[in-house]
Amino acid sequence: MEFVQNVPFFSIMISMFSGIISSVLPGKAARRLNTAAVSLIGLMSAWLLAYMVRVGGSYTFMMGHFPAPWGNEIRAGALEAAMALVFCIIMLLSLLGGRKKLVEEVELSKHNIYYILTDLMLSSLLALIYTNDLFTAYVFVEINTISACGLIMIRQNGRTIEAAVRYMIMSLLGSGLLLMGICMLYDLTGHLLMSNIKESVQHIVATGTYRIPMMITIGLMTVGLAIKSALFPFHSWLPDAYGYSTVSSAAILSSLVSKGYIFLLLKIFYRVIGFPVIRGSGIVNVLFVFGLMGMIFGSVSAIMEKDVRRMIAFSSVAQIGYIYMGFGLGTTPGVVASIFHILAHASTKSLLFISAIGLTDVSNGSRSFFDLTGAAYRNKIAGVGFTVGSLSMVGIPMFAGFVSKLLFAEAAVQTGPRRMLPAMVVLAVSTVLNAIYFLKTVLRIYTPEKRSVIEAKGFSSITVGKQKLYTATIVLFVILNLVLGMFSEPIIRILQTGLANFA
Amino acid sequence: MSKKISEEEYRRRMLVRMKQWINGEKDPYLGNMEIVPQHEYVPNKKKLREYHKDLDSVHDKAYDVEHNRIYRFFMRFYRVAALLCCLALISILLVEVSYLPPVGSSHNPSNNEVAAKYIEDGLQDTGAVNIVTGMILDYRAFDTFGESNVLFIATCTVLILMRNDKKKGKGSAQEEERRDSFYEPKNDSILQMIASVLVPVIIIFGIYVILNGHLSPGGGFSGGAIIGAGLILYLNAFGFEKTERFFTEKTYKWVSFSALTFYCLAKSYSFYTGAHHLESGIPLGTPGAIISSGLILPLNICVGLVVACTMYAFFALFRKGGF
Repeated sequence: MEFVQNVPFFSIMISMFSGIISSVLPGKAARRLNTAAVSLIGLMSAWLLAYMVRVGGSYTFMMGHFPAPWGNEIRAGALEAAMALVFCIIMLLSLLGGRKKLVEEVELSKHNIYYILTDLMLSSLLALIYTNDLFTAYVFVEINTISACGLIMIRQNGRTIEAAVRYMIMSLLGSGLLLMGICMLYDLTGHLLMSNIKESVQHIVATGTYRIPMMITIGLMTVGLAIKSALFPFHSWLPDAYGYSTVSSAAILSSLVSKGYIFLLLKIFYRVIGFPVIRGSGIVNVLFVFGLMGMIFGSVSAIMEKDVRRMIAFSSVAQIGYIYMGFGLGTTPGVVASIFHILAHASTKSLLFISAIGLTDVSNGSRSFFDLTGAAYRNKIAGVGFTVGSLSMVGIPMFAGFVSKLLFAEAAVQTGPRRMLPAMVVLAVSTVLNAIYFLKTVLRIYTPEKRSVIEAKGFSSITVGKQKLYTATIVLFVILNLVLGMFSEPIIRILQTGLANFA
Repeated sequence: MSKKISEEEYRRRMLVRMKQWINGEKDPYLGNMEIVPQHEYVPNKKKLREYHKDLDSVHDKAYDVEHNRIYRFFMRFYRVAALLCCLALISILLVEVSYLPPVGSSHNPSNNEVAAKYIEDGLQDTGAVNIVTGMILDYRAFDTFGESNVLFIATCTVLILMRNDKKKGKGSAQEEERRDSFYEPKNDSILQMIASVLVPVIIIFGIYVILNGHLSPGGGFSGGAIIGAGLILYLNAFGFEKTERFFTEKTYKWVSFSALTFYCLAKSYSFYTGAHHLESGIPLGTPGAIISSGLILPLNICVGLVVACTMYAFFALFRKGGF
């Protein structure tokens, strides 16, 4: 076994251990440890990715002295390594970009707890990415849920507490349904290890026994994870949770937490049940319909919203709809498009949140759409970041969002006419709706404001030199976005081979 | 023929005192207990009116039930829909249960080679007589590590929500405690007497459950919960002044930190050697002895410490927002 194959194990353990150590450190030291741990894990994941691309295939890693069905096991391949790499980059950048705001909004004595939460959040995301055991996945879903609640309510005001309570209720409902699904699956197959479950499921499907409980089990797990990742009818917790929490939390929640659950769902589809069975069960049709509805209704809610951060949050509903629509197409190109959109949306949405905070800060903290007039002149780099993010979300070439929309369209064309037509029409409508609210905001922030109004409302302005860290974060985000948009060919190839080795 | 005793000595006899107590002639605790007379509840009319005004205005403006027909429809629809959703979910689950394999049948899919190996080789592999402990702390130790981190992170979130970091002035932790103690009489001698008898027994029993986790039913989670309950009883009887002598936030921090660190490092070593097929070099000992089964005993102690501290910390945080 080569040493690089230890990377998944080390990444999970390092992130958990740094969370544990942070409990006795002061806030500043915890922050440094967190930055170091996230960067180290990112570098290691890049190393693993390079190795997996060179070697191909995937391998399992035994957690302990006992082989798989008895002990725990993790499994890694190119797709997992790529996800871990992107998640680490985005988490690092989100924390850097929101650092100043965190100091303002969170009590200083609670900063180390914030970093404990982010460390454990990262560990749970990594464990969801790498695990090959359904029960381990559930344990880390729990960690993920609790730390997400903490991240929302650490900025303590009435709104965030209410948002956290709402998030907790919905999220626990999702966890409960997922747990019930796992229990039923265990009862039907007698295994918790993913590959063994798949064998038994194929046997069950071939012999035709337990057809109805199998369907219900698949439904329970899918609905549970859909609630947790805010698929359209279950998105009511989302705008408050993303809109009022401190900005790093909003960026992490929108771009990583929901994506972790979606990745787990992908794992359940491919590795636990098997995609042909999923396609036969008809659950993809449900996801398809709700994905399409989410694409439209999320955008409509975003258009009606006057608060810029809630607007970005509602846009997430639409983007989650895109991802589920890709699953719903029921073909491999559709799923590849969804995975690419996970990366594209994660990098774009965190950029939007981080740059929106720069714009609202120079507008006297007002988040109202009308007060943002001319904000891009008062904070230039935030304006650039917001523009890039908006263009990417709308789907302008060169940016990440364009590639994923192209992939969705290609995948839709390759499926049968029953899915192609609604998918294409809704894709087009949703793109127009995206353009309406994002470009409207971009135009608004670049419309010069009268000097008298600026003085009357007490708006400030900030130069690039005074916010070096923030500027660097935005620049890195923009570069990430451009890399995803312009060098998409090799990335898509990695995703395709990774997906082929995933099951 | 009984010995004649003086009146004074007669009154001091235990049976006599008990008789007096039963007859209600004398209260033995009178003068030994701090008894705060209960205040009659007098509603502050002005505040109440203000509160109602706020509530009513919200009700009138936001949810104008009388005139807003859409809202009225929504409220009805919401209730009906919630009921229907619950009924649908219940019926779906009942249908599913009726199709599942029968409980206890030997042909069930869950009676497979996994369970068989745990039962047959569990003692040999892990050295633990209690197979369940062997399973959670050796075969599937990674899950249990995740589970103890769930407890750890739950305490962190409660710390965020409840910890009162104000040192002085209005709304500080001390102020709140003083306000609380006004309503709760302290130094309840019945409680103190019972606690001083029970707490040592409870804590010793908890330690026994933890240390015997690999030999008999029990282990870190249950033993830790017992110790935590004992600590909470002690706190209720004697107040924070007594518990702060040995348990402050610092103690909590360092105990849970060292327990989780030991768990993390020990298990990392074990995972690493296991994955590379190296000998771990940790002797399993004779099954049945108290010091046996390799890492399971120290891990049980770690889990027990984490659970006990978590329980106590929750109680202390909800009580006064600190330790």
